[in-house]
Amino acid sequence: MLGRAVADRLVADGHEVRTLQRSPSHVAGAQDVAGSVTDPDVVRAAVRDREAVVHLAAQVTITGPFEQFEAVNVGGTRLLLEHAREAGVGRFVHVSSPSVAHHGRSLVGAGAGPADPHHARDSYARTKAAGELLALAAHDPDGLRVIVVRPHLVWGPGDAQLIGRIVERARAGRLPVLGDGAALIDTTYVDNAVDALVAALHADPRAYGEPYVVTNGEPRPVVELLAGICAASGVPMPRRHVPAALARGAGSLLDAAWRTFPMPGEPPLTRFVAEQLSTAHWFDQRRTREALGWTPRVGLDEGLSRLAGWTARQASAAAP
Amino acid sequence: MASRPPADVLAAGGIDARWSRTVQVGPRTWHLLDNAPTLQAEPVGTLLCVHGNPTWSFLWRRLVAAGAREERPWRVVAVDQLEMGFSERTGEQHRLAGRIADLGALTDHLGLAGPVVTVGHDWGGLISLGWALDHPDLLAGVVLTNTAVHHDLDDPLPGALRVATAPGVLPAGTVTTPAFVEATLALARPRLERAIADGFRAPYRTADRRAGIGGFVADIPATADHPSRPELDRIAAGVRGLDVPALLLWGTHDPVFSARYLRDLRERLPHADVHRFEGAGHLVVEDEDVAGAVLRWLDAREVPASSPATDEPYRALGATLVERADDDGTALIELAGPRSRRVTWAALAARTDQLARGLAASGVRPGDRVALLVPPGADLTAVLYACLRLGAVVVVADAGLGVQGLTRAVRAADPTVLIGIEKALVAARWLRWAPTLVSAGPLRAGVARTLGVSASLDDLAALGRAANGDLPWPDADADAAVLFTSGSTGPAKGVVYTHRRLAAMRDVVARTYDIGPDSPLVAVFAPFVLLGPALGATSASPDMDVTAPGTLTASALAEAVRAVDAAVVFASPAALRSVVRTADGSELAALAGVRLFLSAGAPVGVDLLEAAATLMPSAEAHTPYGMTEALIVADVSLDELRAVGTGDGVCVGKPVPGVRVALSALDADGDPTGAPDTVPGATGEVLVAAAHVKERYDNLWITQQASARDAGWHRTGDVGHLDDDGRLWIEGRLAHVLVTADGVRTPVGLEQRAQTVDEVVSAAVVGVGPRGAQQIVVVVQPEVYSHGPVVAEPDLAAAVRAATAGTDVAAVLVVEHLPTDVRHSSKIDRSRVAAWAERVLAGERARL
Repeated sequence: MLGRAVADRLVADGHEVRTLQRSPSHVAGAQDVAGSVTDPDVVRAAVRDREAVVHLAAQVTITGPFEQFEAVNVGGTRLLLEHAREAGVGRFVHVSSPSVAHHGRSLVGAGAGPADPHHARDSYARTKAAGELLALAAHDPDGLRVIVVRPHLVWGPGDAQLIGRIVERARAGRLPVLGDGAALIDTTYVDNAVDALVAALHADPRAYGEPYVVTNGEPRPVVELLAGICAASGVPMPRRHVPAALARGAGSLLDAAWRTFPMPGEPPLTRFVAEQLSTAHWFDQRRTREALGWTPRVGLDEGLSRLAGWTARQASAAAP
Repeated sequence: MASRPPADVLAAGGIDARWSRTVQVGPRTWHLLDNAPTLQAEPVGTLLCVHGNPTWSFLWRRLVAAGAREERPWRVVAVDQLEMGFSERTGEQHRLAGRIADLGALTDHLGLAGPVVTVGHDWGGLISLGWALDHPDLLAGVVLTNTAVHHDLDDPLPGALRVATAPGVLPAGTVTTPAFVEATLALARPRLERAIADGFRAPYRTADRRAGIGGFVADIPATADHPSRPELDRIAAGVRGLDVPALLLWGTHDPVFSARYLRDLRERLPHADVHRFEGAGHLVVEDEDVAGAVLRWLDAREVPASSPATDEPYRALGATLVERADDDGTALIELAGPRSRRVTWAALAARTDQLARGLAASGVRPGDRVALLVPPGADLTAVLYACLRLGAVVVVADAGLGVQGLTRAVRAADPTVLIGIEKALVAARWLRWAPTLVSAGPLRAGVARTLGVSASLDDLAALGRAANGDLPWPDADADAAVLFTSGSTGPAKGVVYTHRRLAAMRDVVARTYDIGPDSPLVAVFAPFVLLGPALGATSASPDMDVTAPGTLTASALAEAVRAVDAAVVFASPAALRSVVRTADGSELAALAGVRLFLSAGAPVGVDLLEAAATLMPSAEAHTPYGMTEALIVADVSLDELRAVGTGDGVCVGKPVPGVRVALSALDADGDPTGAPDTVPGATGEVLVAAAHVKERYDNLWITQQASARDAGWHRTGDVGHLDDDGRLWIEGRLAHVLVTADGVRTPVGLEQRAQTVDEVVSAAVVGVGPRGAQQIVVVVQPEVYSHGPVVAEPDLAAAVRAATAGTDVAAVLVVEHLPTDVRHSSKIDRSRVAAWAERVLAGERARL
């Protein structure tokens, strides 16, 4: 979702845009390269004669074999960096995630801590952490300048990652609130994330070489966020409260079960997700906003009302 | 031979390796820390730091570092005593005199030039003072932390040392095992970080390295024939002659050097500045920022008084009583059903005079502190004015502080005599509040004996009747009283008033509210109860539990007003609320004559004043703004409150005559760094200047220094602004200011707006997260609490957010009851609410 939105924006801003995706993106006005970031030939072709690269490609599923995460999130990043440098690319915006620096405890007004592949919480976060370290190591103030942006929980109309999962579970009556649901969670409305990535692309060169967490800067209790998203999506609000410790334990068990007996789809709850939903995650945005010269345009409430509008349009389109 | 500490020990202590060196003096080698090699400028002087047993110069590492500051640095030399730390192990037994001589030889070798300020801890304090007495030409000051110079042979040694010096225990406890080292490190409050504790252990890893610890303990001169006793006596006597500035920094939770040693030192060094660190322990240098305190003290030896002295002629608080000694009119009426009392001016004056003389005859001297734990009423009034007449310093702590708070408060003030009711005496006896106890009322002989009570007030009065002769009035600028803050932000602080400042307090009340002999009053708010006789006004106290303002009924108030034909009523918001609640119309006739009523002690809503005003229709309703440190600062009437409407904060009105108010603007970090100013609209810390502002905080040198850092002004810790008409608006406590990414916010205005929501009874606005990036949280107490989830239901959250529109509220939380302060039960304890919200919103379980 974020990749398409960024491409759309860059085309609209008058840039000559090329997209690299596993299947053609069909972004109007952009040139498509279809293929994998793990394929050197594809990558070389994609970055040729480009001034800048925005790297959003990642393996983002919650479960799966570690090698698969590693190949895309570490291997793909390495390839992109190498070929970008060879092609004389000047700016490289590496899109990462706050989970690369998360050790499982609450993040309360946190900054952008160093990426930590050893202590990050799951395969995704570990491989993203390693990828981020590669990207920052490749930063060269006189050549390929690299900046790392970590948007936190990006959501918006049509988003399958976060909104899709919440809605699906709520509809099935399987969306519990962990603990009393008070943990403060900050999120990023998709338009704000797009703005931030574009701002990073144009940021003062002195801001490069560093990671920045990007959020709306409007943390809310998780129960309030879930209720808001459910209301805007026309699904029932979560009512079931599950003790947080119990949920984390259940998550661990299910993690183990899925590892031992690979089953189709995702486990209903992983320890990682349980932790994410029962501990605070919000960030001090002052450094990010100053460095990128960016502030979020779409507030949480406005985002939710746009989501509600989209839900209504979907419903009327689906109606006979 | 001496050695240098291992690099990891230096690193753990943040000690620059260049500061650590060994020095050969005669046959002995010493290790010491000396910041001279890294000083950027010519030092102001030298701090000579001497550790005790069983620490080493590591104890002073932060002072060594702090001294090496860029501007006006101090050279700091911290020695390891011989047999201790990393200095040489000679195998000799050092005596006190020898240690002092050795230290002198070392400083001669170092060529210490003046001025030198000695700094000592534990037995190092004694040695540092010995050095100080031997080097009067170099000496510029002394700093002492938890130490002693004198031990009365009749008193037992502190328990901890008694055990350590017991036969058979000494070698095992101090040398063969590391027990003494470990026991000392365990005294740190809070616990030492592991790396720091290891730093202290580093020189004492093996029994042969620890021999000096045993030797040190064996040198404690606990008996008359101990070889170090003469040197101890020399120092103890010599200290009395020290006239250099002195600073005593004291951890109050020290099982070794307890309050009696502080008392002894203060008696020997009466000019010393004192700061008691409430809750800190024996290792106060570890527990608190002693380095910062020492440098601040060196920078500003003289503590400015809170306000410039007044030009007003001084008339003692007790003068009225003496003038009316022959007046048979009513001074006080105490209503208590069948036990009601009426006291004439003549009787009150006589009782006061007798008690003053009785106290003097029983050995209480001007300047001695006398704690009064007697509920407001005739007894308290008489003994209070008796102490003021004599010049004894009254210590007035109210039961609202609770037993723990009271114990802290009374111990901090360290009275020599305590006068109390039976209940207070029991606590005083068992919690050792004062050496001499006096009972306010008659006690059965057995009870008096059990409690160790030496006399009753009646006994003292009898003694006083027999005494005659001159009783001189105390000096106007001598200490007169120690009062206590309510302790809503940290432990209650003692506040010292001189006689002149107390008199000014009386005058500001008389002036502001036009109170004198023609305005009988009813008071249910402690300070005003006691001021009645000073104002020459007849006063009545209603039939109620004086410790619980919420027990005042409308009929009890009416009865008291009728008894003295009162023109003025002073009450707290809690008492007024109770009056309004219990009114049934029958009291209207009695209350019709009241011309003025005051709600004092805490901010009050217009609605409560309105309700009270309907009961006293001919009265003007006023509410003063003040604090323990300045009884009245500003005043506002109900009419004025109606006229100004709402704003950002609570309007407390214009400064009363004789009081100046200014603001020290908050900077972007929420710190009050602005110079005193009266620009309208700027939010800052409220500063007050007046003749009746406190003299100083008691035994809290650092706190006093901070509160009086602008010459002539007292910093109140309240935050607010002035409007265009010069009215003061209070926006909260400085400690409760929120610093968000969008700037500095204050809580009170937002709370008032949240309280406009129908379901909300009261609200607390607090911040969570790191200062500078705080998120705003509104915690509400709803009309009906349903034990539901802590996060407000969507409707309530939306209503609160709408009421506080313009501010991003991260969360609205619901609680059954918001905690309030004990004394007034009306100020919300925001610090507690904030700590709770911080945990809940981090996903933890927490109880409020």
